[in-house]
Amino acid sequence: MSDNGAVLDVKNVTVTYETDKGPLHTVRNVSLKIAPGEIYGLVGESGSGKTTLARAVVRYLPANGKITSGSIKLSDTDLYQLPREEVRKIWGSRVTMVHQDPNASINPSMLIGDQIAEMARIHLGMNKKQARDRAIEMLTRVRMPDPESVAKRYAHQLSGGMLQRVLIATAMSTNPEFMIMDEPTTALDVTTEAVILDLIHELMADYNTAILFITHNLGVVARLCDKIGVLYAGEIMEEGSIDEVFKKRLHPYTRGLLGCVPRVDASKKDISLSSIPGYIPRPDDLPDGCIFAPRCELVEDACEKERPPLKEIAENHFSACRRVDQLQEKIERKDELREHHEEELGDIVLEARNIKKYFPFTPGIGSLFGSKKAELKAVDDISVRMRSSFTMGIVGESGCGKTTLARCIAGIEEATSGEIELQGKLLAYSVKKRPHDTLKKIQMVFQNPDASLNPQHPAGDSVARPLILLRDMSRKEVREKVKELFKAVSLPEDYIKRLPHELSGGEKQRVAIARAFAADPALMICDEPISSLDVSVQASLMNLLTELQDSAGTSYLFISHDLSAVRHISDWIAVVYLGRLWEIGSAEDVFIPPYHPYTEALLSAIPIPDPEVKQDRIRLKGSVPSPLNIPSGCRFHTRCPRKYGKICEKEEPPWQDMEDGHRICCHIPLEELRELQGDGLLKKSSAGGGS
Amino acid sequence: MALANGEEKKKAGVSYLGKFFPRLRRYPTTYIGFAIILAFLFIAIFGPMIAPYHYSQQNLALRLDPPSEEHIFGTDQFGRDIYSRILVGSRDVLTVAGSGTALAVFFGLLLGLFSGYRGGLFDEMVMRAMDVILSIPPLLLAMVILFALGPSRVNVILVVGFLYIPMVARVVRSVVLELKTRQFVEAARMRGESSLYILYKEILPNVLPSLAVEASMRFSYSIFLVASLGFLGLGVQPPSPDWGLMVGEARTWFYQAQWVLYFPAGAIALLVVGVGFMSDGLRRMLLPGGVSDVG
Ligand code: SF4
Ligand code: SF4
Repeated sequence: MSDNGAVLDVKNVTVTYETDKGPLHTVRNVSLKIAPGEIYGLVGESGSGKTTLARAVVRYLPANGKITSGSIKLSDTDLYQLPREEVRKIWGSRVTMVHQDPNASINPSMLIGDQIAEMARIHLGMNKKQARDRAIEMLTRVRMPDPESVAKRYAHQLSGGMLQRVLIATAMSTNPEFMIMDEPTTALDVTTEAVILDLIHELMADYNTAILFITHNLGVVARLCDKIGVLYAGEIMEEGSIDEVFKKRLHPYTRGLLGCVPRVDASKKDISLSSIPGYIPRPDDLPDGCIFAPRCELVEDACEKERPPLKEIAENHFSACRRVDQLQEKIERKDELREHHEEELGDIVLEARNIKKYFPFTPGIGSLFGSKKAELKAVDDISVRMRSSFTMGIVGESGCGKTTLARCIAGIEEATSGEIELQGKLLAYSVKKRPHDTLKKIQMVFQNPDASLNPQHPAGDSVARPLILLRDMSRKEVREKVKELFKAVSLPEDYIKRLPHELSGGEKQRVAIARAFAADPALMICDEPISSLDVSVQASLMNLLTELQDSAGTSYLFISHDLSAVRHISDWIAVVYLGRLWEIGSAEDVFIPPYHPYTEALLSAIPIPDPEVKQDRIRLKGSVPSPLNIPSGCRFHTRCPRKYGKICEKEEPPWQDMEDGHRICCHIPLEELRELQGDGLLKKSSAGGGS
Repeated sequence: MALANGEEKKKAGVSYLGKFFPRLRRYPTTYIGFAIILAFLFIAIFGPMIAPYHYSQQNLALRLDPPSEEHIFGTDQFGRDIYSRILVGSRDVLTVAGSGTALAVFFGLLLGLFSGYRGGLFDEMVMRAMDVILSIPPLLLAMVILFALGPSRVNVILVVGFLYIPMVARVVRSVVLELKTRQFVEAARMRGESSLYILYKEILPNVLPSLAVEASMRFSYSIFLVASLGFLGLGVQPPSPDWGLMVGEARTWFYQAQWVLYFPAGAIALLVVGVGFMSDGLRRMLLPGGVSDVG
């Protein structure tokens, strides 16, 4: 990219927050340049200051935040010097924003069309008629199905993916020069995310907008962006073109981050994920030298004395590490290979047969008149079998019933029918009716770390309670055991007394894992336990779960929408869509063809943090149909990219067996699937060929 | 939030204890509120000792005497010292309104906890009953009940307590409804904890912040209600130096002696404002996220 004519030119910006404890410099000395039509990916974990930086460059900071030095130029306008009223005029016309949460930026009581039209009226000076046409035009541009009717709907009538399109349409409607996208796809399913990323990519070809794309997902950056900047604790660590940075990784932090992302071609049996030890420093507690030094593997004395500046190493490739030369020498990623032990099949721990969960549902006002009840079929006939020391991964889009299935097995939700057998004994549907000694055998780790611990109980108490209640330990034993458990989840002993709000998200999740293990369960249900956490934290938690499984022999039911994570941690994978299983098999088998068309679509949607991997583009149309109104025949036929013909709409597909218990439920004969799918979507690298 | 930067929020957390004092500092009205209440508490305890005269000591020679050095708030129709009466009367207001509030908080908490946690028919019945009480203006209902029971200090307490149970119960119930879907409660259910344990150990501690805020608001309403009832002659009976009663009696003499009305009315207003400030401050401190402080 050429330097001159950058749309956004930020030089040495420092952002300071006035707080009760004094000024906090959350972003320091950051420079960025974005050319027209360029997408700049700004990556960082929570606490890195990426949102602050993005807001600062358009002067959109809260009242106590200030840009204390530097310069910001938007084309030829000096944004930094511009009076506040002038800046306001720029927002929405020359600069627009797309947020992560559509609900925060779309007015729920205004028609979608009117909202977009309003932007055009205010900022482009159009009259009513023109603005309306503009709105429809924009909705068409973002490939909204049936734009005319969408324009006449309200936000709550649209799905998450559609709302995100509306946001993009709104942001684009004024032909901005510069656009900020703040984690626009984070809240979406992988399949929808892939569609939105494609859309942004295509739109970029038509518009000349410069985009600052903020995300924590390296895979998304690799797929979409032209340039990447890695932000850490308020400073840029590495910056350059996508290919350069992903290939050379000339900063230990970039290397660390990339090492944390599980790979789709290797599992826990082959490698353990690298994780970055320690925590991101707080802006009031920065190290004197290199800010990454406390967590860096390559640290040497000189690093701690002076903060290394961002230096240009190759053309347009910058790194803030003193030891770039050493990094350049060994480029290859070091994987910690794990000993491969062929484990024999364990005993069967859980067998769930034909589980169904229907929720009664009376639509809207009909309930007033006692109208006929519909049924929401969240789980519709799913069977799984699990052995000891075994991980079953369950994947699927949100709303596919995976969490409901887990809750039925756990007994928090009462199944409508089916059988749940734990170690050969039939279990009651409701946890209330299950005997004491089975209670401890099934434990659960929940998704949201903030809600899974009682905010008023010290961490140690949360862990101690199952010991007292389910294992009848004496006080002294409990105290010892709690210490032991904290050690097992690598938390320091003084955390026992801390309240949850004094812990970070990852630490809370560790406490929740310790609590689950306190009961000494045979089966642990992990319901998206890592999805709300940063990649480095995810990696360390996955390693922790693997270690604990090795030592305790617990089985995991691991639910996630993140296929790479599931691939990494699971022995066996079940693919769920609309309350049914569609494919089940060992993790290796499910990821190589032939696979079910739905699995295929999920796989091709995974954002892989390697720009060199070329994935086939198989995209699903629309969103998951409502479980109130399940399509006939194969439930997937409304979205299936490989639909086999009329038969898919009429008849339920049969299960087809392959070797090693790998099964697919589809009308397409296996041979034909194999032919269609060829070698698969991902080229397999040599590291993964374990089995 | 002060740091509108979402990324920093995690470290700052929802810690309200850690932020208690800095937050407090940002809202000086809270201090004023606490100061007013402390002052009234002091008066309520030591009132009779610091009062220059006995509250019922009549001096018919000095009827409706304007504020002077001997009687800084003046005297009333019987020549009683208004200043002393207000000092002593604070005890009545605080105890009657306070006990009424305590009653409402106690029963409201119980009802709200069980109703919210149990759900179903029980919840439905309790809440409809609460709605019935809420649908009648409190003062009217209080008057009807007091006509039936006869005015007395105890009856006023009972009435105030009864009237404010629904409000407290509703607030508690809504918090419980939200809490019981939280995963730590589910985790407790999965361990086979009894409902009582879950209510008492898992849910109750998390209800307390909202309850404290609600209680302080109820307290300020109670003061008002007690004063109103006194004013209507349905509360504490003469010759007790009840503020509402004093205002009521002063009406007759208002054209001759306005101070007779101003001082007790002012005392009521000051106390209500003080409690209001305090409850506002409590809300800001205890329920983070309920307010946004970026102007
Ligand atoms: S400068 Fe030193 S401590 Fe900092 S990243 Fe480079 S090697 Fe690590
Ligand atoms: S049965 Fe038909 S619609 Fe269903 S997955 Fe197979 S090809 Fe697609």
